[in-house]
Amino acid sequence: MAKITMTVNGRQVSGTCDDRTLLVHFIRENLGLTGTHVGCETSQCGACVIHMDGLSVKSCSILAVQAAGSSITTIEGLAKDGELHPVQAAFKAHHGLQCGFCTPGMVMTAVDMIARHGSNLDEATVRAELEGNICRCTGYHNIVKAILAAAGEMGGVRQAAE
Amino acid sequence: MYQTNYHRPSSVQEAVKLIGGAAEGKYLAGGMTLIATMKQRLAAPSDLVDLRHIAELKGITVNGRSVRIGAATTHHDVASSAELEAVCPAICALASHIGDPHVRHMGTIGGSIANNDPAADYPAAMLALDATIVTNSRQIAAADFFTGLFETALDDGEIITAITFDAPAKAAYQKFPNPASRYAMAGVFVARRDNGEVRVAVTGAGSNGVFRHQGMEAALAGNWSPDAVGNISVDASDLLTDLHASAAYRAKLIKVMTKRAVAAA
Ligand SMILES: Cc1cc2nc3c(=O)[nH]c(=O)nc-3n(C[C@H](O)[C@H](O)[C@H](O)COP(=O)(O)OP(=O)(O)OC[C@H]3O[C@@H](n4cnc5c(N)ncnc54)[C@H](O)[C@@H]3O)c2cc1C
Ligand code: FES
Ligand code: FES
Repeated sequence: MAKITMTVNGRQVSGTCDDRTLLVHFIRENLGLTGTHVGCETSQCGACVIHMDGLSVKSCSILAVQAAGSSITTIEGLAKDGELHPVQAAFKAHHGLQCGFCTPGMVMTAVDMIARHGSNLDEATVRAELEGNICRCTGYHNIVKAILAAAGEMGGVRQAAE
Repeated sequence: MYQTNYHRPSSVQEAVKLIGGAAEGKYLAGGMTLIATMKQRLAAPSDLVDLRHIAELKGITVNGRSVRIGAATTHHDVASSAELEAVCPAICALASHIGDPHVRHMGTIGGSIANNDPAADYPAAMLALDATIVTNSRQIAAADFFTGLFETALDDGEIITAITFDAPAKAAYQKFPNPASRYAMAGVFVARRDNGEVRVAVTGAGSNGVFRHQGMEAALAGNWSPDAVGNISVDASDLLTDLHASAAYRAKLIKVMTKRAVAAA
């Protein structure tokens, strides 16, 4: 058993878990933050994407102990004071979701993508960068539209989620 | 996944000592291969020794044309290094096409070459760039390092600390990705030196892992153009046949990828 501490959505949290516990299970079960989903648990689908120290990662493929001491942002950490994050608002406005299962991972991926590419983001880049995120419903078109719209709205300014 | 014990050393020396004291320890870098293997219970290390917090294993140094990449440097850091881009853009482009952004944020060059997946991208670059694999105890030429499918020259507990190479005059990598996994069905790295020497390394296709193609190297050394390999035949007898492609198809892909790589270099 390991006792671990990390910063999640700006708050320091601690918990006890097996060394083999996956980060996604620590987030969902120990911390009760169930916005992060598990689609495949084999690093294919991207439903579990979160940010660790400012970069997008698949939390089903990382042990919670590996993340000890790091700063984590989950989908719950994006909205501020009841206001949706611009990427969340764009997904809503552009119908970037249907069932919503892939959405937390898609949004976290989009925020990371916009932070890295800023105003250089174009459709081809968005599609290439969605390589690790699978959506069974939308056919991706509206997801791509939402990400481009959010990137435009955020003025291409480098904006980290953290 | 079976139970395991996690350790977080801050130096190479400490990491080697921890592995030495473990019943069946394994180094853990990005975990992008190892964690998946543990979930499938194909690996059950008693101890995991995390390499992500060892500063001396990280970073890229470019000195003239001489390059050093720390073993725990992520694919993302290789892909986005301006210093590396200036002398060897081919390796940045290669790294930028591994898996997806999330995998690139975790996966490392050391983990990739230690794993030596027959469809991984970096092994082709190491062979074509005539790289040296530096470990805690010695230096191994890439030509002697990759010894078979998922097999390398590493001894038990030996740790890759860095890879080094001299940037060639021209280089490029082209892969034909499997449409589902994005791993190479055939990937070819070409490199040409100022003295005219050419290396062509092929991944994803050989039934014994990554290999060099001497016929194409000779043809390209004589005439550095995509047309030069037009008449070379690639022997399919040592190539992989699987669900995704036959050996004969892979032989064709190798030629096409070589032409594209020379055109792109
Ligand atoms: C969805 C997905 C897509 C992928 N697509 C591609 C692709 O297109 N092309 C490609 O090439 N790869 C691909 N990969 C694999 C990826 O590149 C991995 O990063 C890589 O294979 C392993 O690196 P790692 O740092 O994660 O190593 P780990 O998984 O941590 O370790 C792998 C092995 O190497 C050993 N090891 C690690 N570091 C060292 C060291 N410094 N010294 C000695 N031994 C060490 C470990 O003990 C373990 O046995 C993909 C992976 C995933 C999950
Ligand atoms: S649950 Fe992590 S990638 Fe699918
Ligand atoms: S909205 Fe249903 S999986 Fe993407």
